[in-house]
Amino acid sequence: MENYIEVRWHGRAQQGIVTAAKVLGEAALRSGKFVQAFPEFGPERMGAPVRAFNRISSEPIRLHCAVSDPRYVLIADPTLINVVNVIEGTPENAVFIVNTPKSPKDMRKELGLEGRSGVKVFTLDAAGISLETIGRVMPNTPLLGALAKATEFITLDALVDNFREGYAKKFSEKVLEGNVAAMNRGYGEVKGE
Amino acid sequence: MAITATKGQVGLTGNAAVAYAMKQVNPDVFPAYPITPSTAIVEDFSSYVADGEVTTELITVESEHSAMSACIGASAAGARVMTATSSQGLALMWEMLYIASGMRLPIVLADVNRALSAPINIHCDHSDSMGARDSGWIQLYAETVQEAYDNTFMAVRIAEHAKVRLPAMVCFDGFITSHAIENISLLEDQEIQDFVGAYKAENPMLDTDNPVTYGAMTLPDAYIDFKYQQSQAMMRAKDAAVEVMKDFGKRFGREYGLFDTYRLEDADTAIVILNSAAGTTKVAIDELRKQGKKVGLLRPRLFRPFPWQEMVEALKNVKAVAVLDRADSMNAFGGPLFNEVRSALYDLDQRPKIFGRTYGLGGRDYKVKDAVAVFEELSRVVETGKVETLLKYITL
Repeated sequence: MENYIEVRWHGRAQQGIVTAAKVLGEAALRSGKFVQAFPEFGPERMGAPVRAFNRISSEPIRLHCAVSDPRYVLIADPTLINVVNVIEGTPENAVFIVNTPKSPKDMRKELGLEGRSGVKVFTLDAAGISLETIGRVMPNTPLLGALAKATEFITLDALVDNFREGYAKKFSEKVLEGNVAAMNRGYGEVKGE
Repeated sequence: MAITATKGQVGLTGNAAVAYAMKQVNPDVFPAYPITPSTAIVEDFSSYVADGEVTTELITVESEHSAMSACIGASAAGARVMTATSSQGLALMWEMLYIASGMRLPIVLADVNRALSAPINIHCDHSDSMGARDSGWIQLYAETVQEAYDNTFMAVRIAEHAKVRLPAMVCFDGFITSHAIENISLLEDQEIQDFVGAYKAENPMLDTDNPVTYGAMTLPDAYIDFKYQQSQAMMRAKDAAVEVMKDFGKRFGREYGLFDTYRLEDADTAIVILNSAAGTTKVAIDELRKQGKKVGLLRPRLFRPFPWQEMVEALKNVKAVAVLDRADSMNAFGGPLFNEVRSALYDLDQRPKIFGRTYGLGGRDYKVKDAVAVFEELSRVVETGKVETLLKYITL
């Protein structure tokens, strides 16, 4: 099979994970990669579980099917863990990044990943960070920073530069820099095992 | 829409790319009634209108029937006209589609492919545009965001071609293409303006010095003659498409044909399939080729008019062909694409064995393993010389 990085985002509608997948895709594209970023749409209601996906590759991406066995899984809302199967299809070297104040060890247990030694679990209080930096609960932005720290396929600089350049028109300076601060703190505060 | 350019590439969804293409064309009139999953085309385009980035008259209407009616009125008046829709929206345009083509109006419509109700479903299949396949519209299909963008410009040129003058539909997959961000190279506005050229309407109704009648009552003494001319124009659309695609390739370096083939030259078996699922099939082909299996693909780009002679030429040396339809014509003899391809192959003395499979309705995922399973069936057909099951649903 072709060489892809595949990412799955779990969240609830309005938590910004579709945008997070978009921002990650754009930042990776900016780093010279071929990308896909796409959401999975279901019934449109606030708070419903939603998923979004990325494929990132050095080669043009021809696959147009769903991402079913992602190595990287980001969970923006820990209350989803008992609602949807967030570990579905993940390989033995999977990486989980969860928005929670809990420790990676506790989260590993909660996710049912205790026996899987190849799997890494990272946690950060993304909701708390976003509240302090952006002024409301937007866990997706600190999660992006955490992704840069926990993995090697995207750098914090690429994320920040892309965001500053691509979203300067959309957001005020305050919101823009709040998001950048959230990414930076996500990068700095994420812990893993 | 955030556009960040790297190596001349940006990341856009199919909808954003097609809306941007329409902005670059800058049509005179854009009647619109948004519907999922094509809504973002209308959203983006109305922003371009509001921001003064186009000089287009955006007409918001109360239904898709009215949207197509407004397209027809504006086009007959002499305007270059574009719109976008999906699914039930295209279905509601139904009777007006025939009027647009019968009046020979070169309207360009982006159809973001979506299933038809019931049961209600917003996801991708080709039931909508396949239902309109006999309406006299040219139909172009696209595998990627890039191709949907490029086809939008080519559709304008083919539709308005002096030897054609017919409306054209640009079809691409709902959500899979419309809502997925992919890498795409955009062209410059001036390049597009040079490529599509200024629109000069044939016999516009607003030319009051030369009054004309559109859509008049015709009795048996004239109706069939109109239809004959329309049918001839549709046949000429094939050559026009080749000419336009060649010019596009020459100017911008992206080569397109009536259909796309992949590793078909020496293939024993082949899948014929439209749109985004062709990409997934290509990945399966590379996997099987590594195992020494001679497999290939043909992906129609121009479905109306159907370039059957060229397709027969491309498929004649294949031993077995599977045609995969993302639509069922509920006629117990396979989907629309299967019907066409099987019929086209009939005159060959040595025909490939052929079967049809219906897949992916209402957005059901079509994976690499599904393509591999079809190729396995094909190789059994080659081994035994027999088609066990002519038609069936897969991805169930």
